[in-house]
Amino acid sequence: MARQVNEINAGSMADIAFLLLIFFLVTTTMDVDTGITRKLPPPPPKDIDDIKVIKRNVLKVWVSKSDRLMIGGKPDDIVNLRNEVREFLRNDDIHSPTSPENKPEKKKEPVNFQILGGDIWPSKGVISLKNDRGTSYDMYIQVQNELAAAIRELRDELSQKYFGMKFSQLTDNNKIKAIQKAIPIAISEAEPAEIGGN
Amino acid sequence: MAKFKKKGGKATPGISTSSLPDIIFMLLFFFMVTTTMRDSTLLVQIKPPQATEVQKLEKKSLVSFIFIGPPLKKQFGTESRIQLNDSFATVEDIPEFIESEREARDEADRKLLTTSLKVDKETKMGVVTDVKQQLREIGAFKINYSTAKKIARK
Repeated sequence: MARQVNEINAGSMADIAFLLLIFFLVTTTMDVDTGITRKLPPPPPKDIDDIKVIKRNVLKVWVSKSDRLMIGGKPDDIVNLRNEVREFLRNDDIHSPTSPENKPEKKKEPVNFQILGGDIWPSKGVISLKNDRGTSYDMYIQVQNELAAAIRELRDELSQKYFGMKFSQLTDNNKIKAIQKAIPIAISEAEPAEIGGN
Repeated sequence: MAKFKKKGGKATPGISTSSLPDIIFMLLFFFMVTTTMRDSTLLVQIKPPQATEVQKLEKKSLVSFIFIGPPLKKQFGTESRIQLNDSFATVEDIPEFIESEREARDEADRKLLTTSLKVDKETKMGVVTDVKQQLREIGAFKINYSTAKKIARK
């Protein structure tokens, strides 16, 4: 006589299902669109000549046709870019309307933020980014990334000093605005031109 | 003895199907979560560059995409080309494309429209610069360079 076949125990089915579910949840990556957000400047007016900028207010970052880098007129490497930009844009004393000789000037008009302790003078410093038509997009993004990182680090520093947390952790809109005003994203992209070089 | 016949001795009992709904639900959820609606098929190859300082692209409905990369089919050449919607395009087509993207949105949302540039990392900046110039001229100032996230180096 055949042995009686017991009914399969379905009690653990739920556990298996959950296990599978968790496995898939962990392993699937949803492609979230991420990227570096930038704002383009409006087109320049036709009748205006070159705007005069004082030399100490500008840090020139050039990327050549073969992806080599010039920072402030000197050939340099991308690993130094972040530090150079950070030092250039650093605003040591935001409550002072003047800055040391080797640093960019301060803006003429202060902005007033009570949460940062009254009037602050943001730096006038601008990063002038210029690239050749032959520069690779990868290199361009690496440069943009380093610039963004430098600004983010400065904002973190300021935010840490006044609010005791990183800029990205701030939730109060006023605080976010204050920091953004104090350290603006000062990246200017030159009108396209052949800069050549190799 | 014959009185006490074993009931259904040989018949195999049916497999319990009480957990079947669970499994089906699980599959359903899985597919719901992982499927991403792709509204245009890519004609160009996009390997985005990596960066550490990336932000998430908010409000997907307010984003229009411009793809730039080498064509997938080799008969279209190996140079990077621009793809708008479902077809290849030239730089001159961009104003029209942005205009139609604006038309499709609410009046109030038009200012918030972001243009996401999905560009292959081998692309030369020349074509990207041309695209950016076009976007500037038509007043689509908000752009996003699409990049993959890289773990920050210490």
